[in-house]
Amino acid sequence: MKSWTSFLAAAAVVTALSLPAFAARTDLVIGIPLEPPYLDPTAGAAAAIDEVLYANVFEGLTRIGPAGEVLPALAESWEISDDGAVYTFRLRSGVKFHDGSDFDAEDVKFSLDRARAADSVNAQKILFEAIDSVEAVDPATVKITLRHPQGAFLYNMGWGDAVIVAPESAGTNKEKPIGTGPFRFESWAKGASIRLAKADSYWGEPAYLDRVEFRIVPDAAAAVPALLSGDVQAFPFFQPDGVAQIEGDPRFKVEVGATEGETLLTMNNKKAPFNKLQVRQAISYALDRQAIIDGASAGLGTPIGSHQSPASKAYVDLTGTYPHDVAKAKELLKEAGLENGFRTTIKLPPPSYARLGGEIIASQLREVGIEAEIIPVEWAQWLDQVFTRKDFDLTIVSHTEPNDIDIYARKDYYFNYDNPAFDKVIAELNLTSDEAKRNDLLGQAQKILADDAVVGFLYELPKVGVWDAKLEGFWKDAPIQANDVTKVRWTD
Amino acid sequence: MTAYLAKRLAIAAITLALASVVVFAVLEIVPGDPARVMLGMNASEAQVEQLRQQMGLDGGPVQRYLHWSGNLLSLDLGRSYTYSVPVIDLITERLAVSLPLALIALALSTAIAIPVGLYAASRRGRAGDAISMGAAQLGVAVPNFWFALLLVYLFAVWLRWLPAGGFPGWSAGIWPALKALILPALALALPQAAILARVTRSALIDVLSEDYIRTARAKGMPWRKVLWGHALRNALIPVVTIMGLQFAFLLAGTIIIENVFYLPGLGRLIFQAITQRDLIVVESVVMLLVATVIAVNLIVDLSYALVDPRLGNRA
Repeated sequence: MKSWTSFLAAAAVVTALSLPAFAARTDLVIGIPLEPPYLDPTAGAAAAIDEVLYANVFEGLTRIGPAGEVLPALAESWEISDDGAVYTFRLRSGVKFHDGSDFDAEDVKFSLDRARAADSVNAQKILFEAIDSVEAVDPATVKITLRHPQGAFLYNMGWGDAVIVAPESAGTNKEKPIGTGPFRFESWAKGASIRLAKADSYWGEPAYLDRVEFRIVPDAAAAVPALLSGDVQAFPFFQPDGVAQIEGDPRFKVEVGATEGETLLTMNNKKAPFNKLQVRQAISYALDRQAIIDGASAGLGTPIGSHQSPASKAYVDLTGTYPHDVAKAKELLKEAGLENGFRTTIKLPPPSYARLGGEIIASQLREVGIEAEIIPVEWAQWLDQVFTRKDFDLTIVSHTEPNDIDIYARKDYYFNYDNPAFDKVIAELNLTSDEAKRNDLLGQAQKILADDAVVGFLYELPKVGVWDAKLEGFWKDAPIQANDVTKVRWTD
Repeated sequence: MTAYLAKRLAIAAITLALASVVVFAVLEIVPGDPARVMLGMNASEAQVEQLRQQMGLDGGPVQRYLHWSGNLLSLDLGRSYTYSVPVIDLITERLAVSLPLALIALALSTAIAIPVGLYAASRRGRAGDAISMGAAQLGVAVPNFWFALLLVYLFAVWLRWLPAGGFPGWSAGIWPALKALILPALALALPQAAILARVTRSALIDVLSEDYIRTARAKGMPWRKVLWGHALRNALIPVVTIMGLQFAFLLAGTIIIENVFYLPGLGRLIFQAITQRDLIVVESVVMLLVATVIAVNLIVDLSYALVDPRLGNRA
């Protein structure tokens, strides 16, 4: 009897200890649709890598904030020479990597030199193209000399591909990432989940959460019950068509924001008949963007008229250039000598915006006399046939890289677009750092693309975030591919 | 029996060798480049070439086949292109989920199917037969992912007895890990059970019309004893054959169920490896599965000899 009562007393104490009054939860399970192939943001293009590690585990000299702004990170300040070619970064002191080693200027030099080396396999090597030399002046100062001024240099240094790694751990980051961020990597059960834990040695404001688990939930149909059962408490990137099942449930919050994903109906500009401006314009008139958004994206998403995110300060609304007008489209086809229409193909990669959008677009094109045969392709096939070999007529893909209007100036890019006037604007943009001037040039660039009807500009991919209503601190928009959870916390 | 076994083993070895050529050749002609998949749309062609060299993709196909198949013989499955870890590690991690899942599902489906098949056969043409075969027809017709979602809504969302998906790993304890496998095993087992029940029923019906059954009944043997002792054992050959095929399917054909329950199993590994063009993983896993199917068939063939001693003696 006595042992029985002491057992009860002990149980009461344990219960009291394990339920401290009013202390908020500090653990979180986040659902992500795609598993990163490995955990080094400097070694691959997969967005899933940054969606786990960017800002949480790894940091760069600068970082991109929730509104797409450039913020100081490992560099607390910087000076730019008058000619715009020399950047001197002041580094933060007392910063440690998660393995306990100190961070200093040598790590910055190592990371940037590694990313731009001849044998570098950094997927965004283009970001480092302008760098001529990196010099560690003293442990807290780095001087970077550019070959020519580059307006977006500070922004570029905020990408996940430009994070700072240590020479000792760079070779093993793919499996066991070691960074300087507010969370350290804990474990990776391949195919199932990646766990992070709060880094006690963090130099800045500590994170609210002690533990974050990124759980891989590949099937959109499985995401809803995962939320409803409480197994997963947040899906920062949710499938738009699942929203209807969650909306109106007071236990959850749905936030629809913007991404940097311009969803395009790309036309092969060098291939007949798409080499004719009237044909490209006819297709642009044939598109009913709202119908595409309704059908392929559950009505979420903003129509675009050129290649710039509506959330951007440089955005110019050009959606009125080619309103939905079947008669006008037919007239332009007649002008191009194709009054009986023509047959073509449309290659569709796996995402639902492409597969569903492609069906709708094919039927809209049929109304103006264009028969587009649908060819579904896998992602690897798309990269091979469409992107690398340019063996396509039409295709749909969302270009999710931020501020990437310069892709239309790249020689040999799969659009096959070539306009010296556009290239000139981009060349000037690259050399300009003044924001007002940059925005003006970006506006000109958007106008040229719209006038040339280079591609069918469809809509900006929405960022649909769904999470437990008691959580706050998630990003509403996705100015870069990231799930920055450093400010996320439970409010009860 | 020894000669029979030797012959079966020789056939198995030749099948494996032929399969390795076919698997390699088929994957060689699949369009897509693992280096480009890794580097995405912003990398230059020169950079992709650089990575291709680092991955060891620059040799000719014959050279790479000989290298790969030579390593296979010494049980070295190579290193994954994308994960850059040994393929054998990836496979063993995934088998820790897929193998128990397949075994549980197989056990469940057998436990359901044999009694149902027996019952239906013994009530042939009557209401019990019609109802149980109707249910089996439904089980075959309903897609298993849809059934899986129903189970999730019932047991995870509404009753909250079981997790909606995911796998905590065996290190989290036997019970949490088993809990994660119950719903997927059930979702996998029911359609298989439906097929197996139908096969059991028709095999039994064939056997029940044989003369020796009539003789046994005429001698006054109880119906239950005739059914379990004489009929079932003789009806087992087609049933065991189907079970063998089902096991191979349950081990790797579960991509959809693994997706719905987000389980890190073998099916998901193959699927991910194909989309990333991690061909060495695909090749090695497919070879492993071919070897499993051959081994299971061998066991099934040998078990015929147990069920029907005449087969063993004849060989």
